[in-house]
Amino acid sequence: MRRFYFDHNATTPVSQSVLEVLVAALLEVPGNASSIHQDGQLAKQHLEAARRQVATLLGCEPKELVFTSGGTEADNLAIFGSVLESARPHKHVVTTAIEHPAVLNPCRELERSGIAVTYVRPGPDGVVDPENIRRAMRPETVLVSVMHANNETGTLQPIAEIASIAHQGGALMHSDGVQAAGKVAVDLEALGVDLYSISGHKFYAPKGIGALYVKGGTKLRPIQFGGKHERERRPGTENVPSAVAMGKAAAMAHSTLSIEPARLEALRDRLESGILARVPDTGVNGRGNGRTPNTTSIYFDGLEGEALVISLDLKGFAVSSGSACSSGAVEPSHVLLAMDLAPERARASLRFSLGQSNNEEQVDALIEAVASSVGQLRKLSPTYTSV
Amino acid sequence: MSGGVDSSVVAGLLQRQGQRIVGLTMQLWNQRRLPELAPEGGVTGRCCSLDDVYDARHVAQHLGIPYYVVNFESGFEEQVVKPFIDDYLSGRTPIPCTLCNNFIKFDQFLDLASGVGASRIATGHYARIGFDNATGRYQMSRGADHSKDQTYFLFGLKQEQLARTDFPLGAYTKPQVRELARELGLPVAAKPDSQEICFVPNGDYAAFIDAYFRERGIAPEKTHGEIRDTEGRVLGEHDGTHHFTVGQRRGLRIAAREPLYVIATEPASQRVIVGHSEDLLRATLTARDMNWVSIAPICAPIRAQVKIRNKHAAADATVWPIGDNAARIEVRFDEPQRAVTPGQAAVLYNGDLVLGGGWIE
Repeated sequence: MRRFYFDHNATTPVSQSVLEVLVAALLEVPGNASSIHQDGQLAKQHLEAARRQVATLLGCEPKELVFTSGGTEADNLAIFGSVLESARPHKHVVTTAIEHPAVLNPCRELERSGIAVTYVRPGPDGVVDPENIRRAMRPETVLVSVMHANNETGTLQPIAEIASIAHQGGALMHSDGVQAAGKVAVDLEALGVDLYSISGHKFYAPKGIGALYVKGGTKLRPIQFGGKHERERRPGTENVPSAVAMGKAAAMAHSTLSIEPARLEALRDRLESGILARVPDTGVNGRGNGRTPNTTSIYFDGLEGEALVISLDLKGFAVSSGSACSSGAVEPSHVLLAMDLAPERARASLRFSLGQSNNEEQVDALIEAVASSVGQLRKLSPTYTSV
Repeated sequence: MSGGVDSSVVAGLLQRQGQRIVGLTMQLWNQRRLPELAPEGGVTGRCCSLDDVYDARHVAQHLGIPYYVVNFESGFEEQVVKPFIDDYLSGRTPIPCTLCNNFIKFDQFLDLASGVGASRIATGHYARIGFDNATGRYQMSRGADHSKDQTYFLFGLKQEQLARTDFPLGAYTKPQVRELARELGLPVAAKPDSQEICFVPNGDYAAFIDAYFRERGIAPEKTHGEIRDTEGRVLGEHDGTHHFTVGQRRGLRIAAREPLYVIATEPASQRVIVGHSEDLLRATLTARDMNWVSIAPICAPIRAQVKIRNKHAAADATVWPIGDNAARIEVRFDEPQRAVTPGQAAVLYNGDLVLGGGWIE
């Protein structure tokens, strides 16, 4: 069976040109980037070239980037590294209820150690009102962490405004940019954040590589301890091949920013309007004031999103619903619940996220498949009665 | 697919027959709940444990079939766990496996399977389903391995459920199933059988109920009370009627010349009534919410063998219908039976054929 992949917010396949530089680096750049000999120097040269490529994508200085093992580590480093570094006797953190677990759970861990955290809820459109961030600020607030783009709805948050509120209150500003980098133009200077996390595998680099932007002059304590790599901010032998691959992926994303997002947006809108037109009792979650161009979250009243994911998967379409718990079963999305969606509607929602491999033919096939699967599931639904 | 040998062999057998199959595991209970019941900070109970899901997924990967874990936690809690607790607190001894079969496995799960395009479901139960052309009914009978027979838990299945269900293991004995598992090269071939109520660790349902109430912030009603004998004499005290079931001998903490058994629990007065072995004998019972499986509802008395708990050897009896469509029955045993327990099922057999069953009142 042909398989069509519509889950690019979960991960993306490594693109061919990225694969080539990855294999080349594995074969031809075997040195340790911290060694002083020429093998080490070659590795260091490739590592720094990659850092420059990523810096170009984000609009920052290369030296402001710390390579990590991925988005989760970048978020942990940003949160623990900044909060623990602060010498204030009482500390408070402001974040939102729609963050990824890689931000929420570090915050819960802070709470367990006695640091207060406020979780600001978004409006029903998925957007966090900067005024609510302002209201949540306290004199002892040391960090504000708000994601740039939401993974489930694609909703973009007003990061620049929130950053200026954070700074007015004397706090650092972190943004989890894992779902934004490579999908929308990111200009860290314009956003005004101090810390920004990205993950390579969300834009066609391999899993296991990411980066944290640390604005020049920002004090950050390491959260792992070892050698003096990455300007003593992240120990461990540099993962040169993966960094090189992410550098290439960043360069590719940067060079196609003027075309690919618009192409994906047109496809996404085709998918969205196609589904809304073909399938009754549906709607889009979190349209907000702008979304990543590849993402849509749609509810289908009267069914379980989990069943629809399985049905579509068996027809060859990869989509997602909610978040997987440790067993692999699906739990209703905390993001949609935080947007005050009724729990039944949160459970009845699917995320479609498009990417390079998708085209109009695939989108049209997906619309057909969704219409037929939803029809089948609703026939058996005890709660669905068509109006 | 539970991750056990039986359902794994079902998947292997169906695949060997060339059926297009999908593996599904029901996530019924969150193992992280009620941590106080967990040994050494581990997870509570075996049901839906990550280890079992790992095993089920491993088998599916071995067979090369699509596999999903599906979340039925809220349905399970509402329709199995809560009624299970209510039953205990009302002085009944429930059978959660039957509730799960009736309301989750052969209802919500069957609907999900249909919804994703499956024409039938197959499970690892030891039971057989046939179709009787003469009456136009699906019939259920005991599995070939009487020691593993699970029909006692399946009496609630309706005709439309039986029509879409397969029990491929009904023709096999457990040793044969283990042999098949080895033959199919299944990674779980040597895994031990599970016995307990899946969500109750170590079979300690009273501790489960207490922990559940604490988690919900419900003050466990004061369920402690007196232990009395059949003449009304107070013999001792107890920590809650839900710690006792009819026929129970252990845990009474009363010194007596002859062994004492629980004869009844009376939640209204918080009393546990104890007596001697012969006080447990009953010649009749009534059962409600009858589901007639292999035969139409009776309108005249019939002879049957009646089983009053899973380990009970079905006893000869005459069964009288009560009310419309024999929704209730009265069972008159040829010989009095020990420990007729409200909340358990009375399942009627004719040889291997399951005639029907209902809940003992």
